[in-house]
Amino acid sequence: MATPSSLSFDIAPYRLSGTVYGTLLNHRDALAALGEAVHAAPYKAPPKSVVLYLKPRNTLAGPGDAVVVPADAPALEVGPSVGLVIGKTACRVSEARALDVVAGCVIVADIAVPHASFYRPQVRFKARDGFCPIGPRVVGLAGLGDLTRLAVRVHVDDRLAHESSTAGWIRSPARLLAEVTDFMTLLPGDVLMTGVPHGAPQVRAGQRTAIEIDGLGRLENRFVAPAEATS
Amino acid sequence: MKRARVAYAGAIHEATPHPDADGRRLRLADGRVVAEDAVVWLPPFEVGTVIALGLNFSDHAKELAFNAQQEPLVFLKGPGALIGHRGQTRRPADATFMHYECELAVVIGRPAYRVPRADAMQHVAGYTVANDYAIRDYLENWYRPNLRVKNRDTCTVLGPWLVDAADVAAPPALDLRTLVNGTVTQQGNTRDLVFDIPFLIEYLSGFMTLAPGDVILTGTPEGVVDVKPGDEVVCEIDGIGRLVNTIVDDAAFGRG
Repeated sequence: MATPSSLSFDIAPYRLSGTVYGTLLNHRDALAALGEAVHAAPYKAPPKSVVLYLKPRNTLAGPGDAVVVPADAPALEVGPSVGLVIGKTACRVSEARALDVVAGCVIVADIAVPHASFYRPQVRFKARDGFCPIGPRVVGLAGLGDLTRLAVRVHVDDRLAHESSTAGWIRSPARLLAEVTDFMTLLPGDVLMTGVPHGAPQVRAGQRTAIEIDGLGRLENRFVAPAEATS
Repeated sequence: MKRARVAYAGAIHEATPHPDADGRRLRLADGRVVAEDAVVWLPPFEVGTVIALGLNFSDHAKELAFNAQQEPLVFLKGPGALIGHRGQTRRPADATFMHYECELAVVIGRPAYRVPRADAMQHVAGYTVANDYAIRDYLENWYRPNLRVKNRDTCTVLGPWLVDAADVAAPPALDLRTLVNGTVTQQGNTRDLVFDIPFLIEYLSGFMTLAPGDVILTGTPEGVVDVKPGDEVVCEIDGIGRLVNTIVDDAAFGRG
């Protein structure tokens, strides 16, 4: 069966609903890295509206949990993301009022089997059991200051492997919420990831990661081979 | 055995068909017998992860000029899109091509992880009818089909009944059809799935644990047409149910 998870849906003072959406290519460097390819087939044009994906409930995991690196993937990509935790039912919120529906933020590790194409990727790249660790806590907006100035660091085995900043976002949280809630109502406890920066580190079985985001703390996880997970 | 979930007189109830001749009444679990149009029909079970298949009928794949596949085209949907039988689905004013998709929905009843094909059907609790709307105007070539096309509020209709797997020969070979304002616009049979139900359960459970309440929308055949506000869209699967939905405009949702 799946790896046991330490995730508590009750991350005081909020209860997560278990619904987690991800935002594709919301960092300028991630989009820029695609270069002219965004105009060529199969994409034919850069993304116009917000592109989302879902991390289903089997992917949810907590701080300290082991993530299984599948036998057919040499490494996994660990994408650090600021998760917006919804605090009030949000349908058609205006950009100016959007942050009123946010209860706070939490670190999300958006784990994926590395894949080059964003056209029609298989869900097995992003939806394997345990591929969405969340934690360690939800921090209210009042304690965070300007959300678009948070430093994001990923450590692999205690070595700093990747640094980015939320200043690289294409859409701010307010803009993102305005666009998303125009077609999709978000409910209290839902999490909307704000996107993963370019060049997220890749890790192999046996390694450990720690994601640190200013004000949000540190989310640590370890990566194991399939056999270890069942023993 | 088939069951519905309905709201009536201030509570949510399990309901079964009342065994009278006209079939227009429901029996609530608490004994009350009510008219089928006196209740609000909800999706017939507590829905977990919604897993949908793209281009899983060979004729529909041809219709959309899609080449033969090596692997199922799977996408996921969130809980906010769900509504039940006799619900209303919004067509945005700027849409030029909004279409229904009648699909057999397979509801998982037992946790499934790395389940071989031969054992797959033991993990099925039952079946219901799905109408999985798409608005093609919003299609972009990024993470297709992007959620703005496929995961809109009110655009995934489930019901009316959850029919026990024991009452349906496995794997199901059932005629399905869609009627728009009484005219048949889409027809198929679930025996023509490109990837059949045992394969899908083996494939999906190979990388994700399926849990009770997770549901697989198995794909739709050719025959999708544009639907407009006021249209009544009925998705039928023989032996499973007749799922009624009405298209409404922005004004019904206080927009525009």
